[in-house]
Amino acid sequence: MLKFTEDHEWLDIEDGIATVGITDYAQKALGDVVFVELPEVGATYSKGDEAAVVESVKAASEVYAPISGEITAVNTALEGEPALVNSAAMDQGWFFKMKVEDEGELDELMDETAYADFVAGLE
Amino acid sequence: MSMNTQGRPTGVEGVETQPGQFESFSGHVGLRLAEPLIFELGSTDTTGVDVPEVEDFDMCLGGLERKSEIGCPGLSEPDTVRHYTRLSRRNYGIDMGVFPLGSCTMKHNPRLNEKMARLPGFGDIHPLQPQSTVQGALGLIDELATWLMTLTGMPAVAMSPKAGAHGELCGVMAIRAALEARGDAREIVLCPESAHGTNPATAAFCGYKVKSIPAKENGRVDIEALKAALDDTVAAVMITNPNTCGLFETEIREIADEIHKAGAFFYADGANFNAIVGKARPGDLGVDAMHINLHKTFSTPHGGGGPGSGPVVFSDALKDFAPVPYVVKDAEGFHLVENKEGKSFGRMVAFHGQMGMYVRALSYMLSHGSDGLKQASEDAVLNANYVLASLKDVMTPSFDGPCMHEALFDDRFLKDTGVTTLDFAKAMIDEGYHPMTMYFPLVVHGAMLIEPTESESKANMDQFIRSMRGLAAAAKAGEVARFEGAPYHAPWKRLDETQAARKPVLRWEAGE
Amino acid sequence: MRYLPLTGADREAMLAKIGVRHVDDLFKDVPSDVLNPTIDLPRHKSELEVERYLSRLAAKNTVAGTVPFFVGAGAYKHHVPATVDHMIQRGEFLTAYTPYQPEIAQGTLQYIFEFQTQVAQLTGMDVANASMYDGSTATAEAVLMARRVTRKKKAVLAGSLHAHYKAVVETTTQYTDDEIVCLTPMPADPEAELQAAIDAIDDATSCVVVQNPGVFGHVLDLTKVAEAAHAKKALLIVVVTEVMSLGLIKSPGEMGADIVVGEGQSIGNGLNFGGPYLGLFATNDKLVRQMPGRLCGETVDADGKRGFVLTLSTREQHIRREKATSNICTNSGLCALAFTIHMTLLGEAGLRGVAKANHKAAYDLKAAMASVPGVEVLNQTFFNEITLKLPVAARAVVDTLADRGILAGVPASRLYPGEGLDDILIMAATETVTADDIQALAAALKEAF
Repeated sequence: MLKFTEDHEWLDIEDGIATVGITDYAQKALGDVVFVELPEVGATYSKGDEAAVVESVKAASEVYAPISGEITAVNTALEGEPALVNSAAMDQGWFFKMKVEDEGELDELMDETAYADFVAGLE
Repeated sequence: MSMNTQGRPTGVEGVETQPGQFESFSGHVGLRLAEPLIFELGSTDTTGVDVPEVEDFDMCLGGLERKSEIGCPGLSEPDTVRHYTRLSRRNYGIDMGVFPLGSCTMKHNPRLNEKMARLPGFGDIHPLQPQSTVQGALGLIDELATWLMTLTGMPAVAMSPKAGAHGELCGVMAIRAALEARGDAREIVLCPESAHGTNPATAAFCGYKVKSIPAKENGRVDIEALKAALDDTVAAVMITNPNTCGLFETEIREIADEIHKAGAFFYADGANFNAIVGKARPGDLGVDAMHINLHKTFSTPHGGGGPGSGPVVFSDALKDFAPVPYVVKDAEGFHLVENKEGKSFGRMVAFHGQMGMYVRALSYMLSHGSDGLKQASEDAVLNANYVLASLKDVMTPSFDGPCMHEALFDDRFLKDTGVTTLDFAKAMIDEGYHPMTMYFPLVVHGAMLIEPTESESKANMDQFIRSMRGLAAAAKAGEVARFEGAPYHAPWKRLDETQAARKPVLRWEAGE
Repeated sequence: MRYLPLTGADREAMLAKIGVRHVDDLFKDVPSDVLNPTIDLPRHKSELEVERYLSRLAAKNTVAGTVPFFVGAGAYKHHVPATVDHMIQRGEFLTAYTPYQPEIAQGTLQYIFEFQTQVAQLTGMDVANASMYDGSTATAEAVLMARRVTRKKKAVLAGSLHAHYKAVVETTTQYTDDEIVCLTPMPADPEAELQAAIDAIDDATSCVVVQNPGVFGHVLDLTKVAEAAHAKKALLIVVVTEVMSLGLIKSPGEMGADIVVGEGQSIGNGLNFGGPYLGLFATNDKLVRQMPGRLCGETVDADGKRGFVLTLSTREQHIRREKATSNICTNSGLCALAFTIHMTLLGEAGLRGVAKANHKAAYDLKAAMASVPGVEVLNQTFFNEITLKLPVAARAVVDTLADRGILAGVPASRLYPGEGLDDILIMAATETVTADDIQALAAALKEAF
């Protein structure tokens, strides 16, 4: 199940685990990503907490925990190859995985169509 | 008569004016001299100094002699001179031409200042010599302090901060100390959206949460929004005046009154004080603390990124909280208070601050005098308004004039040209100018902030204006190629900042 | 007004173009009752008059180079080759801005890259930044960085950290919830002092800050402090106030430092009554993104030509604003250039030679001082600075000798008032000190008490 936030993050939920990344729209807006600061595995975040930072040459942006829960994995490939966020934002460029603590939070997120409309509204 | 026809030809007839498409054998291209890193030139056993001859003795290092190679290469003196001369020629400086970098105040750096700072009586004295042996130096600090207090109309000044941002820290710390002294725990500092990045960074450093206040259509602080945000949780409001849009805050006294009514302090970022020196005193506008960038307003050199100097003037409400050290005068002469006493919030630097910069700044102030300083402010504002008036029909000024010492344009005039602010600025390099400040302040789109300073003659300004008008016309005429790869004629083309950041190489390594 | 090129006619023409009559029309936004205040300051002076005036002020000071001179404690008199000061005054260096336009600032950027490499080599670390304000502010920044890295709050400052550096760290952190443990200086027992620092490290400790050589001149093996710190997941911050010592003493990196900060004044920069100086800041690769200050990195331009740019700037205030690693905005560019040029003239061979000459001068000073009745030299180890215990108050002795034209050193009580160090005197001897200077000092000291 694919979900989106208004902060241009995507979540792919499977078996109670959400894989989180930033959307293609976000990576284009940021430009060349040069560094990603990832959370620690085992850390717990509430929805909206700053969980990661993504940096381009000129800007640094926070990536917020889109839901509450514990970090179960991080994409260490980004440490050596931050460009993955640009080249494969929606799959190999994922940031972290977290346990879905409260299924109800998922309902507040957008689905693919709603996000596409949301982005269209921004342009 | 006898006709001697020998010697070198002096005419240009027959000289090829189109450069050939060949590479040089040396790696140099005429006056553009290639120059590798010292690590690729020197060796660790070469030295350009006379090494003192020392007979062997029993070293007292506790067995901690440095045995491993350090790796620093040396060059002979002639090679050292040549290396750094060649490097210098890749730089643009105020000495070369118009340097319209808004907010940074790139004015002429008088060489008298340099000469004075190098007088052995200032340059070759130690900060911890007995104070009886440095009365002239302490006197100079005291005199500069007097000039700063008089020009700002403020009763006290802390001299020691090392730069503008350091001065901000000093000011906000004094504010926090004053609040704590009255048992008033406040949490918030308000900054306008147009603020320098150092303002919120400083406030956060002092443990405050930062809240942004919006600007009005006319580029000034929205006083109604400010009033709404002001309450007894606000410690201070940090406002740059003239602001980063180059505009004087017309409601500055009302703003100050509102701040004080809420029990908060008014911190003025003095980065743009150069527009109003001799014309208006921050002390008359309700300011509680303001740093002064000696390297902007008082002509000490920017030096490719410092050193700066950022003394902070204080109101009566804050002056007791100023940091040590400070100079006091009594019957025996000047002396330094070096250790924290009374309400002082502490110490910001080892020793006494940027003496070398104090000498330069005072040299500049004495040269100008009260009359010249005022004239300099007027000329700076006049030059900026001349630029604004001369470019407003071809570029898009963000606000109606008059401006103060800098003119702000945005990128509306580039709309649909395919040329960005960055491209436009880089094309200025091909015109022989340093670009203006771009993308700052953040409150207008594609900002271009032009500060000519008082150092430019009308002829220089006219040439600059012709060049800018030419570029604007070229952009509108669709000459995108002129811009998108610019600069074409600089020693280097555009540099790949993405590669630099993705795979940082921050030092030279052997075997590269 | 020789710095103002506009003529009266220019001004008139420009006002006409702008469409106003008087320059004050441009200041119409300034409340009229505060515009054009009376400024009670002298009017302009000619170059000759300014020079005369400032020269008279300068002449009231005792110049270090003209007397037997032994003052150190964080700033040192060394011989700086004439080339250094000449080169840094080239307008292309002196009047350049921060190199934000790399196409026309490769001169500045390349020397910063050279500087960063030299500092990394000297300190024995992986990477260094483009310099900070001075050694004391660099130390405070290092403590804040240790907190970011370790997410712990307690910093231990060893006893022989320069008093001003301690004060700067305490002041800088006073409005954060950091806990600063300031240990007592023990000039006579550096080993006990170091042990106290080790003993103060616990699980809450973010860093232990040790100066080497210490403010009293002792040279210390910091390996065991590094081990103790690392065992508790704390960082070792080594402070070097006399950077010339790195030509002779094992580097902090070799002793296990995680961050090395220092005062770079000794190389390339004059005494200048305390500033401008330059802070050195070096660390390991894995901590680089937590490092404050400007960094220059290598890259290529559009033609593939090697060049340099400021990089990793997202850590800095102009991007991160309130989330920046520091509010620092400038570095000490021109002082760093002076450092780099002097280092290039020295090279490793020259640095080692000059450092050895420093050590020899202090060795001779120690011997001479040990021969003065009533004086006890407290150092077994030292680089170019030693500490004496006098039979009387050091401040009075220093004042007496100053009256006789000898600048004998720094009374410890000036740095550490109220710590019972009234009879302690800190003395430096660099390569600029001659045998005659030492003899004059010893003779005067013998008559001083």
